[in-house]
Amino acid sequence: MGCFLVPAAEAIITTTATKIIKSKEKKDENVNITLSDGSVSEVSRLKFSDKLGWLNKMLAGGSVLLAFEHVWHGEVVPFFPFLTAVETGETSEMLAEMGSAGVSMAVLVTAVWAGMVIVSNAIEKRAVTENKAEGAKA
Amino acid sequence: MTLLTTVFAAIISTVVWYKNLPGNEMRTGILCWMYWGASLMWFVDAVFEYLELGADYFTPELADMVNDFYLGLSVVALGLIIWLVRLLYLDPKGVLKEVLFKKK
Repeated sequence: MGCFLVPAAEAIITTTATKIIKSKEKKDENVNITLSDGSVSEVSRLKFSDKLGWLNKMLAGGSVLLAFEHVWHGEVVPFFPFLTAVETGETSEMLAEMGSAGVSMAVLVTAVWAGMVIVSNAIEKRAVTENKAEGAKA
Repeated sequence: MTLLTTVFAAIISTVVWYKNLPGNEMRTGILCWMYWGASLMWFVDAVFEYLELGADYFTPELADMVNDFYLGLSVVALGLIIWLVRLLYLDPKGVLKEVLFKKK
């Protein structure tokens, strides 16, 4: 009915948060890592705002595709009030669905993103540690 | 069926993205984010539907399956159109710039 509106709203909030965080972030943190060809290269770590960008894209992209599905099923229309449930007096059912399915969608996408951030941090940490260990050997 | 179609699109676009690293001039990352985001959301939808229908969820009518597959393909097409428009706008290879501005 209108479940995609919850992740869409979260996308707006996180996009705004990304812009604020980006403006306050420090300069690039450079580290040395060993590339797959064995050469050592100085690279900059991904900032938190870049990682928050992943969440924005997942939420916004997913919401757009879900909005299309709602248009397909006639639940969203291109004229006021845009949501068929509001027009037919099913607003309470729609809000209940937003509170259950919509919130679950937003929570799941955010949880998956948090997992990705943890894994990416671990990969970054491993790459730096490996390089330090190789440097110590040499 | 829509969920399954989108999950396959997400897996294929992720493989293409990984294969094009580093650099990724075709900017396929956006396809991964869109399809994975939508897949997760439809997965939640599927769980709620399963809780409502039970085992009947796995035995849909043929007409419903065809319609859902048709919707899935349309969703994939919409994602590809969004990616293509973004790619042409960003023009990472600078090809369009060369077409639009002729050297004197």
